[in-house]
Amino acid sequence: MISSFIIAPLFILIFDRIFFSRSKLRNVIYWTSLVFFLAQMVMVIFPVERFMFCRVDNLSRVSLLSIGLVAFVTVLSSRQIMKDDSKRRIFISLVLIAVIGMNAVSTTRDLFSLYVFMEIASIASFVLIALNKERDAFEGAFKYVLFSAIATVFMLSAIGLILLISGGTSFNSIRDGLRISSHNFLIYFALGVFLSGLFIKGGVAPFHGWVMDAYTAAPASVSIFLAGIATKATGVYTLVRFADSVFLLTAPIKSVLLFVSAVSIIMAAIAAFMQDDMKRMLSYSSVSQVGYIIMGLGCGTPLGITGAMFHFFNHAVFKSLLFINSASLESRAGTRNMSVLSGMGKKMPVTALTSLIAGFSTAGVPPMAGFWSKLIIITALWLSGYRVYAFIAALASILTLGYILKMQRRVFWSRPADKDIQVKGAGFNLVFAETLLAAIIVSVGIFLPFWLRVR
Amino acid sequence: MLLDIVILSLLILAALWTTMTRSLLRSAIGLASVSAALTIIMFRLRSPVAAVFELSVCSGFISVLFVTAISLTNPLTRSEIMERMKDRLNRFWYLPLIVAAAGLALSLMNVEIFLRLPPAEAERDVRNVLWNMRQLDLLGHIILLILGSFGVAVLFKKQRDK
Repeated sequence: MISSFIIAPLFILIFDRIFFSRSKLRNVIYWTSLVFFLAQMVMVIFPVERFMFCRVDNLSRVSLLSIGLVAFVTVLSSRQIMKDDSKRRIFISLVLIAVIGMNAVSTTRDLFSLYVFMEIASIASFVLIALNKERDAFEGAFKYVLFSAIATVFMLSAIGLILLISGGTSFNSIRDGLRISSHNFLIYFALGVFLSGLFIKGGVAPFHGWVMDAYTAAPASVSIFLAGIATKATGVYTLVRFADSVFLLTAPIKSVLLFVSAVSIIMAAIAAFMQDDMKRMLSYSSVSQVGYIIMGLGCGTPLGITGAMFHFFNHAVFKSLLFINSASLESRAGTRNMSVLSGMGKKMPVTALTSLIAGFSTAGVPPMAGFWSKLIIITALWLSGYRVYAFIAALASILTLGYILKMQRRVFWSRPADKDIQVKGAGFNLVFAETLLAAIIVSVGIFLPFWLRVR
Repeated sequence: MLLDIVILSLLILAALWTTMTRSLLRSAIGLASVSAALTIIMFRLRSPVAAVFELSVCSGFISVLFVTAISLTNPLTRSEIMERMKDRLNRFWYLPLIVAAAGLALSLMNVEIFLRLPPAEAERDVRNVLWNMRQLDLLGHIILLILGSFGVAVLFKKQRDK
């Protein structure tokens, strides 16, 4: 199904390349892509099939909304972070291609199409990571390529096996085929291989080896996009979609999901504690938070899946905000090493405040949006009888709060060091993006209970 | 049957050569050979359209893309290549053993498969398959090719200028 979520960004890209490749109007793609991302959000919130050319269910809507929002703030803040016009044009072109891939993954109902567009998003991400052409960037991109290639082999093999068993690649035919098939071993083997591929793509522990290097080595704008949505809208969303529409979450699959998510949450949260580089710490935090999404999914109940998708959206918002804050610090103070940064709270009050809001949302402190999604996930776990996992999820939130407060204290609340860091003037786009995302976190957190009561 | 085994063996040999040869250019040629062998297999499996696509895109366009990218890079010296090969051999000597063991274990399992495969797509009207049934995939592949060319241009072009 070719929807406007695929055609419109492709049209913007081709239009810019044909008519403005040698023109002095280098910001056309910047403005048109911003308008498109805004339109995508509006179309998803007030769905009108006439403009979308496709039907989208609630899962797709959450994913499309998160993609639109993160892409919007990424492109918006790139104007401040990437000063070179031609490089920013290349960056926006690649973001548009990645968005095409992610939008198609979110709307398609065919396994092979999903694979093709997942690869488009991944390949665009490789190029984005290596965009600075520095040694670290190439290393990060190469690691991502390697892990992604392994995931691709896993997924393609699984698709082949699923095609053999079910006789089709559309979600409906796979679901029906798997139900009546007598090949239990092959089904579990294929699903296991497919899940492993998705775990690698989603950066879930213990398959997260590439995440830290890729996020840390990538240019600041790219990190916002990658950590905010790129890996989640492919690997994690597909996992949720599969659990919802294709295979039933049987007891063994639930056990695997819950165990992997618990390892992911705890291991990455402990590792985040030990980091000095702010981006690296946030990368570990991202792995940990993805664990919560998988844990909600692992419950297998509608409440658990709702909590997972709500946390998916919340993660897109608070993680993008934290990475924008990191980019702000890097662009203005020239470093993101937390042992060097100190006393930035007085110099960058908006960044300090929004960082605290995003941090509290990450840790699940009320009344931030992250509190509600974590509460739903923990409640779903408790009601499903997975009380040990509910306990782990609650305990890990305290761990999360610990490393977030440690970061706040080191970077913003501590006294400035003797040799003071020179801070450049604040950029409007970065401050606007920070304020917008912080406002979403607070308003969703405060108004959600009222909204739920009305409905 | 014998011919199929010969072609499959050639395919594996070409794949091995692709991964083990010291020159990137030879690797690209090796990969094109793998695609060529696969094309013959597809013809023999009565999927001429898939075979033509495999030959034109994988053997043709992708090879051109690889050669373009390689021509824009500075190759390593012979001693550097030898050093890296030794290093890789020391680090990853066990990988072929794992693959062989996994293959052996799977063949010993002797799993019976009752296929529910639909009729081959090539037996239908190709226009219908491409433009109606797999319309989205076709668009996806076009975007992939554009992205591949764009990525090579972005990452390698200025590297040479430096």
